[in-house]
Amino acid sequence: MSNAEPGHRLAVLLPYRLAPTRISVRISPLSAAILCFCAILAASTAWAESGPTMLSPLQVILKWSPLLLRGFAFNILISLLAMLLGTVAGLGLGLALLSEFRPLAAISWLITQFFRNAPWLVLLFFVMFLVPFQVIMFKTTIPLPDWIKATVGFALPVMANVAEVVRGAVRSIPSTQWEAAESLSFTRRQTMWLIMLPQCIKRMLPPWMNVYALVAMSTVLASIVGVSEMLTLTAQVHAAEGGRPELFAPLYGFALLCFFLYCYPINLWTARLERRFRVR
Amino acid sequence: MATSWTPDQPIVQCVEVRKSFGALEVLKGISLSVRKGEVICIIGPSGSGKSTLIRCINALQPISSGSIQIEGIEVTDPRLDKLALRRKVGMVFQQYNLFPHKTALQNVMMAPIHVLRQDRAEVEMRARALLAKVRLAGKEDSYPGELSGGQQQRVAIARSLAMRPDIMLFDEVTAALDPETVKEVLVTIRELAEDGMTCILVTHEMNFAREVADHVYFTDRGVIVEHGPPETLFTAAKDERTQRFLSQVL
Repeated sequence: MSNAEPGHRLAVLLPYRLAPTRISVRISPLSAAILCFCAILAASTAWAESGPTMLSPLQVILKWSPLLLRGFAFNILISLLAMLLGTVAGLGLGLALLSEFRPLAAISWLITQFFRNAPWLVLLFFVMFLVPFQVIMFKTTIPLPDWIKATVGFALPVMANVAEVVRGAVRSIPSTQWEAAESLSFTRRQTMWLIMLPQCIKRMLPPWMNVYALVAMSTVLASIVGVSEMLTLTAQVHAAEGGRPELFAPLYGFALLCFFLYCYPINLWTARLERRFRVR
Repeated sequence: MATSWTPDQPIVQCVEVRKSFGALEVLKGISLSVRKGEVICIIGPSGSGKSTLIRCINALQPISSGSIQIEGIEVTDPRLDKLALRRKVGMVFQQYNLFPHKTALQNVMMAPIHVLRQDRAEVEMRARALLAKVRLAGKEDSYPGELSGGQQQRVAIARSLAMRPDIMLFDEVTAALDPETVKEVLVTIRELAEDGMTCILVTHEMNFAREVADHVYFTDRGVIVEHGPPETLFTAAKDERTQRFLSQVL
């Protein structure tokens, strides 16, 4: 009874399959900016009706903006350092993934998969609480402040993602390039550094920038472990202003706006590069 | 590696070469020998193992059994320095396989500089001369993407020659070219042959094989069906399979 003839279409209850939902990380161009602006504006008008004794939300933001922007600069610093560290380590890990020496490739595969599939926040906690606040090396004490540990915490998933980007890009180069290099007596290492990687840079750039935009946005996670970056400072400013509820939206809206104005151009540029490199 | 090879012995000697991909045997006992300065053409229908054979000669692919010797050196020897072997053997591919991120001149210069560690200025002089020899003077700074198929293939030939190989392998080098550019590549190969370079060509260009080759091998389904000098093979083939193939392509 299971073999229905092709002509006969019996009404069968098929298992329900969820339509694949695609979650778009990118917010439509202006809507987010408008949203933040509206939040700030709405809160300002709410205040306008309440009385002149307190600073307006806009004035609060203006007053604290040097501090908040310094916090934001710290976010950017952490993200850039994490990216630098993660890229260098990821390049090494990616090359190890491509190694012909099986055990090395297997170990690096495990490392890559582990750090790619672990929640960033959990990795951050691990680094924060497992790494001591200082290390003593050659009788000199090297302090490890929270923000450095956080940077390392972010560099780990970056490393795994960059390794995957490197591996994918090198694999996407036609194997005939390897053959041509081999027939000219290039060693494997020479082929990688002189022929493969230079061709890969273009292909790697868009996904690499994508990783960066994600890191930049994720740096606010550091507030949970007490690094005084923008989100931490925003909470402190809110408290300093008496925790007025009408300040909540403008202050956090300001943080949102900062991140949006920083990350959106990166995403826009990434998309443009992707389009430019697709052909060829 | 010390060998007892002398130039009057075959420069390439294949004995009973077998090669399988899984259960599929593509080379079923190929034997041939090439003397220094000879031009050999291997012809035959698609899938007869021609390309596999010359890739095995270059150790790009390992053989399953048999022996391939180049200048007396056993290619299948696991202790063999494959890179040293490949310095003796230049190879040109059907799809040119130039390095797309390098100019024509850089493509030619790369291997001598990085593999042979020769002096850059001297290599550049030689590379320019080689590009001129393949009639590409003026195209030194063009990237492969800016060159026609025929031009790219001639850069590829110059790139192989820059390593000063003793033997050149050509794997269907005109198969991917436009008809009008085939000729310029064939002229280049003919000049090489006239200069005394040992050449092994896998080709579908029968007229070219007839004019240039010293010896022609006809392969089908992994075996050499028939071989001989072109004048006899092309006009008086003995085997029925050879006759049928030649009647189809000539």
